[in-house]
Amino acid sequence: MEIREPAMAGTLESSDCQIVLRPNPGRGIEIDLDSAVEAMFKDSILETVKQTLAEFAVTDASVEIRDRGALDCVIRARLQCAVCRGAKESYDWTKEDG
Amino acid sequence: MAEKEIRLKRTSLYASGSSPVNMIQAVFYNEDMLIYDLEDSVPAAEKDAARFLVYQMVKHHRPKDKYVCIRVNGIYSEYLEEDLQAAVRANPDGIRIPKVEYAREVQAVSVRIAEIEKKIGLKPGKIELICNIESYMGVLNAMEIAQADPRVVAMAVSAEDLTASMRAQRTKKGLEVFYARNAVLLACRAAGIDALDIVFSDIHDKEGLKEDTALAKNLGFDGKTCIHPRQIDTVNAYFTPSMKEIKYALRVLAAVEEGKKQGKGAVTLNGGMIDKPMELRARTTLAQAEAAGIRTEGMVV
Repeated sequence: MEIREPAMAGTLESSDCQIVLRPNPGRGIEIDLDSAVEAMFKDSILETVKQTLAEFAVTDASVEIRDRGALDCVIRARLQCAVCRGAKESYDWTKEDG
Repeated sequence: MAEKEIRLKRTSLYASGSSPVNMIQAVFYNEDMLIYDLEDSVPAAEKDAARFLVYQMVKHHRPKDKYVCIRVNGIYSEYLEEDLQAAVRANPDGIRIPKVEYAREVQAVSVRIAEIEKKIGLKPGKIELICNIESYMGVLNAMEIAQADPRVVAMAVSAEDLTASMRAQRTKKGLEVFYARNAVLLACRAAGIDALDIVFSDIHDKEGLKEDTALAKNLGFDGKTCIHPRQIDTVNAYFTPSMKEIKYALRVLAAVEEGKKQGKGAVTLNGGMIDKPMELRARTTLAQAEAAGIRTEGMVV
């Protein structure tokens, strides 16, 4: 899936995260993470981000994450939303059936 | 026929689908039913985000001890189809449909749910439905809505939209919705489903809440929707059976058991016949007592 335009999802409230996704043609995935729990959860957050992008077959994108202690499932939901907004496509829920 | 499973619905609390912190905190209160909301609490521009959040939260962060519900957007809204795609796949206990006015609307939603259930391999009919009655037309058609589909397990009255549709003035005493509450309640009783009462809107008026909840309990409601977590314990207390009610329920069930042992078709207690609804009511009473931490096993009746 191609990220066509900058997109944002999420907030800076506690237990949430704000994700800004931008097109990054030919430069792969670049992640900029700012998290209060970075020391403990950096690897886990990055893993969730990479895995979610891979599920959408997003190969080129710049991802900016401002994390406020979001659960893994919240990060995933915010990123799914940002990808769909950036790609200007609605989500195919049958992807969840596999 | 299998025994109908009793799921307590003394208190329902909405958690906004646009707020992760709201959804996370809601798990820690004592409500029986947690409703993840995609409708009123979510602005139009955030409907897509809320759908992802609610799906992920119900799928991965679901409380084990609550009836989990997802309130989808209205039947005629552009969001409903995608809401159902996400909600059914999240596999909650129930889906709450807002502003129901006709049986055919419930049936249409049920058919759509069945198609998704089939596609993802869920047991057909697994997802239950709770219908919100929020207009004069919904009240007038409460009987047909309550019996519209086997998935319907409860109806909930909502006073704010209802009074607006009636052109009535919303008051704290609630005389303007007294008929509607009773009409919906009786329709629920006729269909053998749960009846859930209106919210009490003033979160600072504890005495008012007590009075309104006592009325709901006396009218026969099974529970009440709470507008704020601080209302939950008060409402739960009113819908928790008294010792007198518990002991009577134990006597009913003891008589039923004794009748079964003796192979009797009809069972009596104090000269009155015990029918199936009385037995179900006794079981509900004990389930409510146990949910409130009252041990009924071995209790002297």
